[in-house]
Parts: sequence; structure tokens; C-alpha cells
Amino acid sequence: MARRSFTKSALPTLLTYLGLGVGLVFAGFPILWMFFTSLKSNTEIFALPPRLLPDTFTSVAYLSIFNDPTKLRFFFNSYLVAGVVTLLTLLIAVLTAYGFSRYSFRGKNTLNVFIISTQTVPPITLLIPYFGMVVAFRIFDTYFALVLTYMVFTLPYAILLMTGYLNTLPKELDEAVLVDGGSSWTALWRVIVPLSVPGIVATAVYTFLLSWNEFLFALTLTKSMDMRTVPIGIEMLMGQHAFEWNEMMAMSVLGSLPLLVLYLIAQRYFLAGMTAGSVKS
Amino acid sequence: MNSANDILMGTHAGMQKPSAPKSRLRKQGMLSYKTKKRLVPFLYVAPAAFLFSLLMLFPMITVFRYSLMDGAIMKKNAVFVGLQNYVTIFSDPVFWQSVGQTLYFTVMSVVFHLLIGLAFALLLNTQRIDPTLRSILRVLYILPWLFTAVIIAIIWRLLLDPNGVINSILIALNIVDFKVEWFSSTKTALHALTFANIWAGYPLYMVSLLAGLQGIPKELYEAAGIDGANEVQKFRYITIPQLMPIIISIALLDFIWTMQVFPLVWMTTGGGPIHATEVLSTYTYKLAFSSYEFSLASASAICILIMSMSVTYFYIKHQKAR
Repeated sequence: MARRSFTKSALPTLLTYLGLGVGLVFAGFPILWMFFTSLKSNTEIFALPPRLLPDTFTSVAYLSIFNDPTKLRFFFNSYLVAGVVTLLTLLIAVLTAYGFSRYSFRGKNTLNVFIISTQTVPPITLLIPYFGMVVAFRIFDTYFALVLTYMVFTLPYAILLMTGYLNTLPKELDEAVLVDGGSSWTALWRVIVPLSVPGIVATAVYTFLLSWNEFLFALTLTKSMDMRTVPIGIEMLMGQHAFEWNEMMAMSVLGSLPLLVLYLIAQRYFLAGMTAGSVKS
Repeated sequence: MNSANDILMGTHAGMQKPSAPKSRLRKQGMLSYKTKKRLVPFLYVAPAAFLFSLLMLFPMITVFRYSLMDGAIMKKNAVFVGLQNYVTIFSDPVFWQSVGQTLYFTVMSVVFHLLIGLAFALLLNTQRIDPTLRSILRVLYILPWLFTAVIIAIIWRLLLDPNGVINSILIALNIVDFKVEWFSSTKTALHALTFANIWAGYPLYMVSLLAGLQGIPKELYEAAGIDGANEVQKFRYITIPQLMPIIISIALLDFIWTMQVFPLVWMTTGGGPIHATEVLSTYTYKLAFSSYEFSLASASAICILIMSMSVTYFYIKHQKAR
């Protein structure tokens, strides 16, 4: 390999870099365009010839969001709902995963298949009965409706991810606690949970992402402006002032920020969640 | 929680309790100890089992019941009408158009996700580039996946606006000679939509396949090299077969999820112009929440469910075989 002639090894390298460059433009250009559009004034958006960088950078779009309590409320709602969903999902997923990973019991396989297939049930199929349920329970247009229904798609992942993680921890750890006279409950919270922090972080990051991005349930199960989340906020912004592109892009940048930050600080965990359904499980 | 705690604690704390004086009592104690022990796993999975019954089992039964009724949710005394709603749905040409468009959108998305994801994974996996550059590029290539569907929709609405940058570039390169209305022409809308979805979805494949590539034993390539295999043959006979389980898993999952697409379509075209981008989920959504025909919508939702579940069957079979 090392003794190949210059031309023989240079051409593949050149092609590799060319491919990487094309890929970079393909992946990055739309994102850069969004980001710089959010810093343009609205008159400049469709300037000809098109320019990536604004002539004058302006934060007018961001300021108008920060000065609008309705729009800030979208962000508050999104953080609140995603946060609560993440906490509840983690709690239930850890308990379930512990049950799956440490015990064998009747119906385990059925429950497991049920959970896996839940991942693939179309949200639109569930939406219709959910709508009826939410109205019947009198929780239409509340946080509770969103938190409850989001769990149906966060829990399957969280349980699969956590079960996979707990399976990697040796059972001797629990047995040590049991021999010392502790219960499985003690073993779970004192030994297993502290050791599962990486798995819990991965699960939390992914759960947060799923809830933050949810659109269909939020669109249908809430109605008042006070209850809308960021994706719905963007949708409404689009309906109201279809031509304020800079503000919509600023809203999108702010709406993507938590996920970008989570991704950059917890990349390893993030990818673990992302590939959980396909590579692991 | 208290009783659950008692029972969980009981499994082992029970051993330390002073033994009962009478043997009969002790037997009872042993029995309940065993019963308690058998209950423990059920208590751990109980919250999840309860939630899945409430949020999955019960709604599934409900939506199926709705699909057999006339005027579910809207009418006080909705009556069962058998398969009438299915007959109505199946005789609606827009339904079949939606099925076709959903399949086109899904198949194209899955195929291009796979091709682009595989290409990027292979590019990132070569030894020809600097490791630092590789990790930076990997981060950048994943970025499209981080954006929520609503944001992807408006990014592409901006880029593909008739006055937008893509048209300007295409006109400058003489590829088109007029301002194409990508999302509002019946000829281009479905393709534009599919393209936006392809852009947003390949990173899942890229990451999984990259992990898969790194897991292929080097010895396989070395052995093939000794046997005189060239790069193409190595790719054909080692790389692809080794990646196959991952490819099948993600492609099936992606197929299921893409078939259910809603926000991207809703936010770019809303199913229009004139149903040109109508997919099953927008078709169903409109039946339910624009026309308030919840029974017809339920019938349509059951059709989507059956399509998803038939692919899921293969997915689970595949996962179990691994």
C-alpha cells in the first residue's frame, strides 16, 4: 500500500476530498443560509444576486422575538413539556428496564414485543382516539395532555435504551447488595442507577429531543396561544406573516439551539440514542 | 408506592425476620415470601404496562371501534355501520392517490437516505483523511438530522422560494430558464418535498453505517487482499454483506417512519396543490380535523396502521433473528 506511485494514491485522495466537499455543501449550506437569513433585515432576504452574508448584520429579528411575550411563552412551554416528559420517562424507563434486565417473568416477551412495536405505530392513528380521550378527561389544551401523550413515543425508546444499558452491568452488583441484606429496590437506586449515568444521559438527551420536536399532538391537543410549543409557534408565525422570513429563521435558530447545544456537549450520548433502534436493541 | 416498597423490601428483608414459632405459620410465611418474590418484577414493569394499556391498547381498540361507527365523537348516538366507512374510503380516488404518493415519497426517501448515508459513511471511514478533520466533518454531516421537521420545512421553503437562492443559482447556471414554483406547482411539489426529506434523513444511516464499518474485522480485508481481491470486490463481498443487517434494520424503520410523515408535508404544501402532495397522514388529518369525519378518518388511520404493522412484522422478525 505504502509503495504506491504518486498518481495511484493521489487520485483516490483527491476524489475523497471532493466527495467530502460536496457533502459539506449539501449538509451545511441550507443551515448556513437559515442562520444568516436570521441576521438579515427583511428587505434583504431575496436580494439579487443572492448573498449568503447580510450586508449589514442586524439582530432585529431576535429582538422582536425577545420582546414578544407570546413568542417567549412558546419557548417556555417547550422547555417545560420536554423537561417534565424527560423526567417522567426516565423514572418509568429505569424501573421497567430493571425489571426486564434482572428478572424473567411470565409475559415478559409479550410485553417486550408490544413495546418494540409501539415504536412503529403511526401517531396519526393514535391521535384520533387521543383527541376523544383528552376531551373526555377534560385535559384538552393543557400541559398534562401533552406530557401524557408524548410518553407513548418516548417510553419505548427509553426502555429499550435503558434495558440495553442495564444488561451490560453485571448481575453480581445486585447480588452483593442482596447478600448484605439489602432489597432489590436498594440495589437499583444505590448501585445500579449511579452506575448507569451514561445510559441515563443518553436516554434523557434522546427523550428531550423527541419531545422538543413533537408536532402533531401539540398541534391538535392544544388550542390557546398560552399552550403552544415552539414548532407550532413557528407554524403560526408562518401563517400570520408569511413574509417575515428573518423572524421565522430567528425562531428556527432559537428553536434548534437546545438540540445543537445538547448535541455538541453530549455527542457520544446523542449518537447512542440515535442509533439505538437500529444498531443495538 | 408504600406497598410496592414493602413488597420489594420484603424479598430479602424477610430473611432476617425472626422465624415464626409454629411450622404452619412458617409455611405460610414461606408461601407469601415466594409470592412476593414472584410479584417483584411485575411491580417494576407495572407503571409502563399501565401507561401502554392507557396510551396504546385502549386507543387502538377505540380507533378500530370508531372506524366501524357512523359519526364517531361528533354524534351522541353513533351507530355501528360495519365496514361502510372502509367502503367510502376505498372508493375515494384521493385516498388511492395519497397511497401512491406516500409510497413514492417513502421509497425514494429510503433509497436516497441509504445511498447518501452509505457514501458519507464510506468517505468518513477512509484512512486518507486526517482524524481531526474526520471528526469535525462527522459532526457537520449530522447537523441536518438535528432540525425538527417544522424547521426543515421552512428552511426549504425559503431556499426553494420562486425568488429564492436555488432558483437564482439554477437560472445563473442555465439549468432552468424561469422561476420554478417548487412547492406550488403540481409537477414539482412532490419531488421538492421528497428532496427536503432526503436532506433531513440521511444522517441516521450515516452514523449507523459508520459504526457498522468500524466494526468489520480488518482481518477480512487482509485475507481478501492476500487472495488478490481488488477494492470493488472487497466492497461487494465484504463490506456490503457485513453491513446488511444494519441496512435492513434502519431501512425498515425508516420506511415505517417515513410512511407516517406529517409535519414536513403539513408545513410545506399542506398536501396541495390540489392533492398533489397528499400523503396518508395529511389525508387522514384533514378528514378528522377539517371535515370532522372522525369515523372515516379512523378507517383511514386503520389502513395506515395495517401498512405500518406489516412492515413492523418484518422488522421484529429481523431483529429477533440477529
